[in-house]
Amino acid sequence: MAHATQPASAMQALLGALSLPRRWRIGAGPIIAAVVLLVIVLSALLAPLYVPYDPMQMNSLNRLQPATADHLLGTDQYGRDLFSRIMIGGRVSLLIGVGAAVFSVLVGLLIGLVSGFFRIADAIIMRIMDSLMAIPAILLAIALVALNGPSVWSVIVAITIPEVPRVVRLVRSVVLGAREEPYVEAAIALGSGMFGILWKHLMPNTLPALIVQGTYICASAILTEALLSFLGAGVSTEIPTWGNIMAEGRTYFQVNPGLIFWTGAVLSLCILSINLLGDTARDMLDPRLKKREA
Amino acid sequence: MLGYIIRRVLAVVPVMVIVALFVFLMLRLTPGDPAAILAGDSATPAQLDRIRENLGLNEPLHTQFIGWVTQMFRGDLGVSLISKTPVSTMIGQRIWPTLNIAVLTITLSVLIAIPMGVIAAWRHRSWVDYAVMTFSVLGFSVPVFVIGYVFIQIFAIELRWFPVQGYMAPSRDFVGFLQRAVLPAFTLATIYVALIARMTRASMLDVLGEDYVRTARAKGLRENVVLFRHALRNAAVPIMTIIGTGFALLIAGVVVTESVFNIPGVGRLTVDAILARDYPVIQAMILLTAGLYVLVNLVIDISYTLIDPRIRY
Repeated sequence: MAHATQPASAMQALLGALSLPRRWRIGAGPIIAAVVLLVIVLSALLAPLYVPYDPMQMNSLNRLQPATADHLLGTDQYGRDLFSRIMIGGRVSLLIGVGAAVFSVLVGLLIGLVSGFFRIADAIIMRIMDSLMAIPAILLAIALVALNGPSVWSVIVAITIPEVPRVVRLVRSVVLGAREEPYVEAAIALGSGMFGILWKHLMPNTLPALIVQGTYICASAILTEALLSFLGAGVSTEIPTWGNIMAEGRTYFQVNPGLIFWTGAVLSLCILSINLLGDTARDMLDPRLKKREA
Repeated sequence: MLGYIIRRVLAVVPVMVIVALFVFLMLRLTPGDPAAILAGDSATPAQLDRIRENLGLNEPLHTQFIGWVTQMFRGDLGVSLISKTPVSTMIGQRIWPTLNIAVLTITLSVLIAIPMGVIAAWRHRSWVDYAVMTFSVLGFSVPVFVIGYVFIQIFAIELRWFPVQGYMAPSRDFVGFLQRAVLPAFTLATIYVALIARMTRASMLDVLGEDYVRTARAKGLRENVVLFRHALRNAAVPIMTIIGTGFALLIAGVVVTESVFNIPGVGRLTVDAILARDYPVIQAMILLTAGLYVLVNLVIDISYTLIDPRIRY
């Protein structure tokens, strides 16, 4: 992935001409990933304006059709067009991915800053985080959704809670390293307020790592949404999401496997692209990691 | 060394207490009356009272918690609200399919992933390396159940090598067990292999540049001895760590895979219990899996000293 192939060489030349640092030069992989992701996001965003068929329109004469010229990816058990449903379904799936990423990062950042800076709080917070990490994320998430009801909001919360400890650990480790830096000591000596120091001097250090972590959480949240729906503990079934489309496809798997395979393929492509972009961002933001991994 | 083990074991106690507290509070702190949540929409006030009485919901929170924990310690996991059988009996009936398939999966994963990672690192930047990396990225991006259905479609429906779904106890018919367990085990193994192979590769790449590897080669050792005895042993600690933390992925995978392949294991038991709000079963299963996860990682932590004599506590 780190190697440029032909299509990217023009891009490479361009970046070279701009004399960007070497680590900012990217290969073909991330560019393809960005394009794929853009297509998926745009088709989800624009779905209310245009879809080939009404994704809710049932047609009993047209049930469980394989892919044809009329219905690009076939139809489901109610004769609804799969292609249109995948377009619409992406909205909620992507919303859950982005929502879970944003909330995990925000909550994790706040707890991590406190934990890294105040030693007394640290011991208690880290024990709680260790315990949360010991509970299998998927069980915790299904239990939370089962208790709080199948709304989009409760799915986002259910996915966020198990992700928070990892963000806290990350933020804490960065803060622990930065806390002893001379500029922080200087700020303390000058009598700056604790929260000013946390926000102005320590928080910016965590941003590169958080951006990378956020993309990974976004990808894994989209995956978890699919698992939750598949197990019957996701967003309520009348709302199309990628997970719900596949969950409904289970019963009819032997008649029309496309319901699971096409939706799964789109979802996997989306996750793959987000992960690839996350890797690229990590390599650009943290050259030390790249050296170790590559 | 003994001191370290004792300290490490004692560190488990607060973690498990907080897990228990969390599991306990999850139902109590949910908006609404827990008895009403458990009883469903059509419950009469008398039924609600009985549920409150059974769960001890009328007593103060700390009394409830202490009572519940002591009950757990006596091995009494409670009684299912739906089937009215003790939770421990239910788990006992369902644990074997899960354990058998889990053991098969872990064995398969380690046997496949470690050679994959070693070879990828050995032939760094070759097509093998890229193939392994591509596989491990894909393994993280495809939902477990989609992998399961792809396997069913190819190997059970098209090629007819294996049955589509079901389970057979190995004690009854070992060949029948293998026939039914191969697809679920490979499904589960995919993500675990992706994880372990990736870490093995990264860790081996670090080690292969070391002087003692050059020395081993210089004295004319065969390449497989250099790779698997000299290099792999030094690269083992991060690999062991990832096998331990990846255990959580395995648990998630078990839950989903048992649904796909219709295996009557504890994963299905848990999902069914959660969907039916069978709270004693949910509490027991979350507590047990968390305990298992903590235990596995404890054993791995302690075993570092055995594989890597440089580590002294």
